[in-house]
Amino acid sequence: MEFLSPLQIVKVNVLAVQDYSVLAGRALKNIFRKPRYIADTLQQADLIGVGSLPIVVLTGFFTGAVLALQSSATLVKFGSLSLTGQLVSLSMVRELGPVLTSLMVAGRNASGMASELGSMKVTEQIDAMRALGTDPTKKLVTPRVVSSVVMLFFLTVISDLVGLTGGWVVSVFMLGLDSYQYWNQSYQYLEAQDVTMGLIKPVIFGFIISTVGCYYGLATKGGTQGVGRSTTQAVVAASVLILVVDFFVTRLVMSWFGSAV
Amino acid sequence: MSTIAFPSPSEPQAQSSGHIITFDDVHLAFEENEVLRGISFHLRQAETKILLGIAGSGKSTILKLALGLLKPDSGRIEVLGEEVSSMPEAELFALRRRVGMVFQESALFDSLTVEDNVSYRLREEQVPPDEIHERVVEALRFVELEHTLKKFPSELSGGMRRRVAIARAIINKPEVLLYDSPTGGLDPITSTRIIELIIKQRDVYKTSALMVTHRLQDAFTLASSYFDTKTNQMLPRKASDTSEVHSSFMLIRDGKVIFDGSAPELGQSKDEYIREFIS
Repeated sequence: MEFLSPLQIVKVNVLAVQDYSVLAGRALKNIFRKPRYIADTLQQADLIGVGSLPIVVLTGFFTGAVLALQSSATLVKFGSLSLTGQLVSLSMVRELGPVLTSLMVAGRNASGMASELGSMKVTEQIDAMRALGTDPTKKLVTPRVVSSVVMLFFLTVISDLVGLTGGWVVSVFMLGLDSYQYWNQSYQYLEAQDVTMGLIKPVIFGFIISTVGCYYGLATKGGTQGVGRSTTQAVVAASVLILVVDFFVTRLVMSWFGSAV
Repeated sequence: MSTIAFPSPSEPQAQSSGHIITFDDVHLAFEENEVLRGISFHLRQAETKILLGIAGSGKSTILKLALGLLKPDSGRIEVLGEEVSSMPEAELFALRRRVGMVFQESALFDSLTVEDNVSYRLREEQVPPDEIHERVVEALRFVELEHTLKKFPSELSGGMRRRVAIARAIINKPEVLLYDSPTGGLDPITSTRIIELIIKQRDVYKTSALMVTHRLQDAFTLASSYFDTKTNQMLPRKASDTSEVHSSFMLIRDGKVIFDGSAPELGQSKDEYIREFIS
């Protein structure tokens, strides 16, 4: 194992941030440039969106269900069990829906992108693509970025809805709450701020997942071992970035709506 | 080999110097390791230059530099009259469409069929589907693999993959071809078959080429044979044949060119290292 001096570590990390920024910038610019790879984008949308649907539905349902179960224990002490719908709704739409969906998609697709592009890199397929006159960021990165952003948005909406349904199942069949009361509470207390926050986040997280996955894939070195390393790094980096950025986006949206402390 | 009617390559644009590729004092280092230390050479029109040297001497790096896949630390590289050493990546894509490259391990797209691999460039250029199919079949017939259209690269042998890579490289009639160890790791019979294809491309279609190889036998076969269009096969050049030889050799050692000349000149060299290398 090679040991690096602190200066070298700083240099390597600054260079990585620079390379990532360049790649992310080019992926965005390519959206407005020809050629546009529509078929590749649709194929990726199917892979990311439809492919992730089962895990997103399962995660969303049980998150909503457990949220209702956990909150009921506290709410019942204050005689406010009827607020379960409100609590599940706000938690799912503002926070858990976007974050958990993104983490699931990161685990599934950031790793997939890193391993696919990493394998292409170590077998010289990326070089072959460049040699054949194709820009790999246009052909491989931009379709993944566009698909991730669009599909994560819809996956989050589905996750929110399924989560609320999970909470409803627990509230009605286990806690004995009224069905109308649950849905009324869930809907009435949702404000523009909550919905805005819940829908901005998946767009940003989708961008993070795809660009991080592609960056680690295209930066792969060192054969199959390198592909494995890139895959792990992509999932870890995307997950950590999602959680860090989540805090700042929440704070920013709260400031817009004047509800920041 | 069956008689085929493969279209001739597009006419190279006249270069002011008459050179297809020019390397002028090119240096390149990967971190501490200086791979190329002042490489200079020319590739003439219709010439095939064979790059020899031990593993790690920088032969494949020269091909990647010629294609702009790598950038030199210093020096000047000119390909088809354009300076690639300072050209931005976005502009290089257009130039690369005029150059064909056969990678060391074929580098076929493993998720695409042979047909899709070979037609990749044409589909990018939005050529009509009927014409694409016709040209793919022609290119695959050139390498005698027209029956593998629907197969995936994983279903082919190493030699077949290399031939598909050649078909992919020549599909749009490039003005110059770069072969990176096209016979590496193959059995002698398959190697000879691939050398025959390279000779055919050189003698029939007059495509300029740079070829990296470790196999001296292949290099000398290439220099001492010609493609006979009447019998449609490779034949040894007769000793009395005084026609122009279109192959030359370049030997690289420690990042420098230590020999650049014809096969007889290589054989007559008094340099101890060269004598040992070719023995």
